[in-house]
Amino acid sequence: MDDIRILQASGLDALIEELRSRGFRVVGPTLRGDAIVTGEIRAASDLPRGKGDSQDAKTYRVRSRGDDAYFGFAAPAQSSKPVFFPAEEVVWRGHRDHDDDGHFTVERDTPDGAPIALLGVRSCDLRAVQIHDRVLAGRSHVDAHYVGRRDGAFVVAVACSDPAASCFCASMGTGPRPATTDPETGASSYDLLLTEILGEDDHHFVMEIGTDAGREVADEIGASMGHPADRDDAVAVTDAAAARQTRAIDTTIVHDVLRASAESPRWEDVASRCLACTNCTLVCPTCFCTTVQDVSDLTGDSAERHRVWDSCFSESFSYIHGGPTRESTKARYRQWITHKLSSWEDQFGMLGCVGCGRCITWCPAGIDITEEAAALGRMSGLAAPAPAT
Amino acid sequence: MSIATEPHGVTEPHAHSHGHDDAASASSRPKLAVWKFASCDGCQLSLLNCEDELLSIAEAVHIAYFPEATRAVVEGPYELSLVEGSITTPDDVRRIHEIRAQSGVLATIGACATAGGIQALRNWADVDQYRSVVYAHPEYLKTLDTSTPIASHVDVDYELRGCPVDKKQLIEVLAAFLNGRKPRIPTYSVCVECKLKGNVCVPVATGQPCLGPVTQAGCGALCPSYGRGCYGCFGPQDSANTESLTRQLVELGMPSDDIVRVYRTFNAGAPAFAAASDAVEADAVEAAASRAAEQGGAS
Ligand code: SF4
Ligand code: SF4
Ligand code: SF4
Ligand code: SF4
Ligand code: SF4
Repeated sequence: MDDIRILQASGLDALIEELRSRGFRVVGPTLRGDAIVTGEIRAASDLPRGKGDSQDAKTYRVRSRGDDAYFGFAAPAQSSKPVFFPAEEVVWRGHRDHDDDGHFTVERDTPDGAPIALLGVRSCDLRAVQIHDRVLAGRSHVDAHYVGRRDGAFVVAVACSDPAASCFCASMGTGPRPATTDPETGASSYDLLLTEILGEDDHHFVMEIGTDAGREVADEIGASMGHPADRDDAVAVTDAAAARQTRAIDTTIVHDVLRASAESPRWEDVASRCLACTNCTLVCPTCFCTTVQDVSDLTGDSAERHRVWDSCFSESFSYIHGGPTRESTKARYRQWITHKLSSWEDQFGMLGCVGCGRCITWCPAGIDITEEAAALGRMSGLAAPAPAT
Repeated sequence: MSIATEPHGVTEPHAHSHGHDDAASASSRPKLAVWKFASCDGCQLSLLNCEDELLSIAEAVHIAYFPEATRAVVEGPYELSLVEGSITTPDDVRRIHEIRAQSGVLATIGACATAGGIQALRNWADVDQYRSVVYAHPEYLKTLDTSTPIASHVDVDYELRGCPVDKKQLIEVLAAFLNGRKPRIPTYSVCVECKLKGNVCVPVATGQPCLGPVTQAGCGALCPSYGRGCYGCFGPQDSANTESLTRQLVELGMPSDDIVRVYRTFNAGAPAFAAASDAVEADAVEAAASRAAEQGGAS
C-alpha cells in the first residue's frame, strides 16, 4: 500500500480517540514506577513522553530525554505477549450439582473483552506476534483463546529511533523497521506504521498505511497526504537506529553452531552463572510454554483448570514419572538457547529470537544470549576465533 | 479427654467427594490436628487468619487438636496433622515421633518447621556458653545444640515454606487433602511469580538486592510487588545457585557481613542458604588474612 500520510504529534490524541470510538481497547507503552510497561492507553498523555531508557545486561533505567519524543525508548519491560497470551487464564470451570445427583458439568471459558488495538508496538515485538500466530494459531491445533484475542486486533506499529544497548534486531532481520508483510502468511504486518520525526520546531509522524482499516482511520483523523520523501525520512531514522546497534547474532551460522554444540564445555561455564530463575523466558516475547494447573475449592464442588506460563528453566518443567529430565542448569540453559536459535527453526521455519534484548536486560545475572552464541560459535570452530587482544 | 469440639453453628457438615455420609457427624469428618514446636505461633495464626474460609474448613474437617484455637482435645489418630516449629529439645524429638505415628498425612508449616527457623542461628553458636550466660540455673535446661526441621526427624508428606506460611498455600493443602489430590506447591523461584504478576524486576530496574532468584515461590512475590527485594523467607528454590547470586549481591554493593546475614535469617538452617553464608564468611576471612599479610609484607 503505497500511501504515506503525515500525522502531527498533536494528532496522536485523535488517533487514540478514533480507535477507542471504534470499540478497541488501546494498549501501548506507559510509564509505571521504575519502567516503561505495556498498559491501557486512553490518551496521548498516558504515553511516556520525553522518556528514554538505558538497557544493558542486568540493568534497566528510565531516563529523561530532554525532548518531547513519545516513542524515544526501546523494548518496554514486557512485550505485548500478555495481551494475546496472558500469563494465567482459565481454560474451563467445572461444578458439581448436588440437586442433580452430583453431576459434574464443565464449561469452557471464553475470553471476553473488547478487541485490542496495539499502539506503539516495536518491530521486534510485532515479529514476535507473527511468530506466535504461527506457533499458536498456524498449526493443526489452534489455541482458541489466542485466536479469540488476536483476530480483529488493530496494529499501530512504531519504528524505533533509539535502540538500547541490548537491542540486536538488525542482525536478526526483525527490525528496527518492520517488514510490510508477514513472511509466513503474506498478510500486512500492521494497519499503520508510525515513524517519529523530531525536528527543531517540528514534531510529526510519518504514517505508512498497511491495510484498508488503517487507511480508514487515517482518513477519519484527517492525516494529511505525505510524499515519497517522507518515507525516505522514515527509512533514514531506522537505518541510523540499526547502525547504532552494537550487539548481534550471526544468523548465517547460528543454527549449525547450536547443533554442533551439544557437548560444548561452554554449558558448564554458563551454568555457573545462571540462576535458573526463569526471567529470560518469561520476558521473551516468543516463549510460549505453559503448564496446566487444576484448582479446586475445599468442598471439591467447584474446580477450574488454569493455563499458566511455564519455563524450561524450572526443574518441574521436565518432570516426567518420578523425576526431571533436565536436572542440571546446564541442560536447561542448553535447551533454552538451542530452542531459540536452532531447533525452533526446525520446528516452525524461523528462529525463535527476534533480538529484542529483554533476556539480556532482565537476567539478574547478566547472561547475554549474543555473547553465549558467539562463544559457542568460536568453541565449535564454526565462527572465526576472537581476535587476540 | 474426648470431648468432640463441634464447630460453632454447624450441625449438618457438608458431604465430600470421597464418600462421607450426608449426615456426617463430627466423628466421620477427617480429624485435623495442629501441633507446635519451637516457633512464634505466626503460622498457626495464618490458619486462623483464613477468615473467609475458616467456616468451610471447620465444616470439612473436624478440628480435633488445635490449642491455639480451642482447648478441647480429641484423641488421635489424626487424618491430617499440621506441624509448626522446629526441634530444639530432647522432648521435641520424642513428641514428633509420637505425632508422626498418630498422623495420616503430615504437613509441616513455616520456616521453623521446614528449615529450623531463625533459632537455627544456634547451629553456629556454642549452646553451653550462652546457656550459662542467659540462665541462672543452666543445669535445669534440657536443650539440643541445634534447631532442626521436622523432616530431619520423621517423614514429612508436604512442606509449606515461609515466615509465615502463605494463606493460599495452606488452603491449597487442605483442599487437596480433602479432595484426595496432590497439593500444588511449586518449588521454582520467586521470579516466576514475580513475572507472572507483571512486576518490574527490582534489582534490574533499581539496583536493590533481591533474593528472589534463589528463593522458592509461594508468597506471590510479596516483597517485589511492593518494590522491595525478596528476603528469602521461603528458603531455597529447588535449583538455587547461591554462588552466582552472591556475586550479584557483591556487585550491587552489599558488604560481606550483610550477605552472610541475608542468608542467615528464617531459613539459616536450610542447607543451601547455610552453605552460602559459610562460603561468604570463609571468603571474607581469607580476604582479611591476605590483606593483613600484604600489610605485614609491605612494612
Ligand atoms: S531470546 Fe532474548 S532477545 Fe531473543 S526474543 Fe527472546 S528475549 Fe528477545
Ligand atoms: S525456550 Fe524454553 S520456555 Fe521458551 S519456548 Fe522454548 S522450551 Fe519453551
Ligand atoms: S530490538 Fe529493534 S525493534 Fe526492538 S526495541 Fe530494539 S531497536 Fe526497536
Ligand atoms: S539465563 Fe539469566 S534470566 Fe535466564 S534463568 Fe539463567 S539467570 Fe535467570
Ligand atoms: S524482583 Fe526479585 S523476585 Fe522479582 S524477578 Fe527480580 S530478582 Fe526475581
